Formats: sequence, C-alpha cells, structure tokens
Amino acid sequence: MTSPALANTGESLTRPDGLQGIAADWSSDQRAFKNVPWGKAMMWIFLLSDTFVFSCFLLSYMTVRISTTEPWPVPSEVFALTIGGTEIPLILIAIMTFILISSSGTMAMAVNFGYRRDRVKSAVLMLVTAALGATFVGMQAFEWTKLIVEEGVRPWGNPMGAPQFGSSFFMITGFHGFHVSVGVLFLIIIATKVLRGDFDRSRPGFFTSRKGNYEAVEIMGLYWHFVDLVWVFIFALFYLW
Amino acid sequence: MAHAEGQQHPIGVYLQIWGWLFVLSTASYLVDYFHIQGYLRWSLILVFMVLKAGLIVAVFMHMFWERLALAYAILVPPLLVLVFVAIMTFEGDYTFLTRLIFFQTGS
Repeated sequence: MTSPALANTGESLTRPDGLQGIAADWSSDQRAFKNVPWGKAMMWIFLLSDTFVFSCFLLSYMTVRISTTEPWPVPSEVFALTIGGTEIPLILIAIMTFILISSSGTMAMAVNFGYRRDRVKSAVLMLVTAALGATFVGMQAFEWTKLIVEEGVRPWGNPMGAPQFGSSFFMITGFHGFHVSVGVLFLIIIATKVLRGDFDRSRPGFFTSRKGNYEAVEIMGLYWHFVDLVWVFIFALFYLW
Repeated sequence: MAHAEGQQHPIGVYLQIWGWLFVLSTASYLVDYFHIQGYLRWSLILVFMVLKAGLIVAVFMHMFWERLALAYAILVPPLLVLVFVAIMTFEGDYTFLTRLIFFQTGS
C-alpha cells in the first residue's frame, strides 16, 4: 500500500478583501464558509429559513391589517394591565421584552465562558437563560388566557374589531412561543452536557453521535438570540404599530 | 484563545450591548406610553427595531466578526423580503379599495 504523495503546493495565495474576497471564498470548488464550523453554518442556514417563515407570518398580518375595512383593535389598550388601580398600557409585553433581552445577555456570556472552558459558569448562565425563557412562556400563557377568557378573542373574531386580529395574534405569538419552549428544552440539554464535562472529553453527543465541543454552546446561542431577534420584530410590528 | 475557530471577546462588550438593548426597548415602549402618533411613531418604532436587531445580530450572534462570505450569504437574502412587503402593500391596498367599493354600498 502506498499512500498518495502529498504535493507541496507552496505558499497559499493571499486572500483579497471585500467583494473579491467573497468571490474567492465561493469560487474554485472551495469550502465556502472557511473558519466556520459546519454546525454553525448549518444553524445559520436554518435560521435564515426560519426568518422567511416568520417573515411570511408578519407579511400576512400586514396584508390582512391593510385590507380589512373594520377597525383594528388598539394593541396598546388590548394588552393593558390594571396594576394598583391604574391602567398601564402594554406593561406585560414590555416586561416580557426585558426578560427575553436579559436571557439573550446571559446566553451571550454563557457562550463566552464556554469557550473559556469555565464549565460551571457557562452551565449556570445557560440554566438562568432557560429559566428566563420559561418565565417568558409562562407570561405568554397568562396573556393568552386573559385574552381568551376575559376579552373573548378567538381566531375567528373578537369584540373589539377586525376578526383577523385574533388569527394573526395566535399564529405569530404561538409560533414564537413554541420556538422559545423548544429553546428552553435544548438549553437544559446543552447545559447538562457542559456541566458533565462532555465537551472536554469529546463525548459523542445526541442526534449525530459526533464528538462534541464548545461550539455547541455557541450554536445553541445563535438559536436563542434568533428567538430574541424575532421578538424584536413582533414587539415593534404587532404590539407597537 | 481556547479554540482556533471559536469566538472570544471580552465580557464587557456583551454587558454594554445588553445595556443598549434595555435603553432601546425602553425608548420604543415610551413611544407607545406617550401616545406618539403618525409618521413620527412609525419611524421611531422602525428605527429602534432596526437598531436592536442590528446589535443582536452583529454582537450577540458574532456576525460582526464573521467572514464576509458567511455574513453576505445570511444577511442579503432577508433583504429580498422587502420586495415581498412592497408587493403585498399594493395587493392589500387594492383589496381594501375593492371591499370599500363592493361591500360598503349599503352602509
């Protein structure tokens, strides 16, 4: 058995900057995403497809809101809460926004401590992130209950105005809440793996049984930040508009 | 650097961005709280939304430090959604107009 000879191709060419650099990365049968682990590239591509899913939901919401001849319920009033006798507009949604942003902050630091091999800090921060995410979903359940039971909002109609309000609301926030819930589950799984030291020993992981490393924490982080990112758009376009 | 392909940045960067996201969220909430209406409301909401989204993608998701080949592959396609937005705005306005003409005659 002879192994194939390894040719010395000499010094590698310097890569040009800017658009020419992109063309160089994408051309000549190369690996397009250099320096990017495949798992991370795949997560980004999944998030891109998810972006289109949420874009379609928000677009359909925009279309029905433009085209309805009935008045659209005022979100500021629909989502107001009475605290201590005074009605504060949109307060629950504002608190949910801050909770989700905070969870994004803790997740970003968990990724950082993961790469520093600080297992305990990374795992604890991820569990805090999961707890904040679960709180978010809990508050959303409270919001849905209030809307369905007290305000009488249904996917096919509501007492405040345009019936499309209910269908858009349940579809968009429901799909987002589902994303948060799945994220919480995955956070707990990854945090357990970090705490157990799976990534230090390159223990084969679930789903793929490939050897894992701390990139898994960053990939988890990408998903979680995306959930936060979608909420930024929902908050602005559905609740504030 | 713990890993050759990992992202490693000082914690302070994240705390700073966290703070800015809080400020921007508060600002967009105040737009609603003070009942700002009309074009000022919409432009403020959109500006705060884009700034928040930009900070999350650039720093929290590390896109600022990624290679351009990845950044362009991920960030350019969503821009095409804006074309879709334009198409559906025309469509929605048209539907609204036809509904006014054909279904509101009795009232």
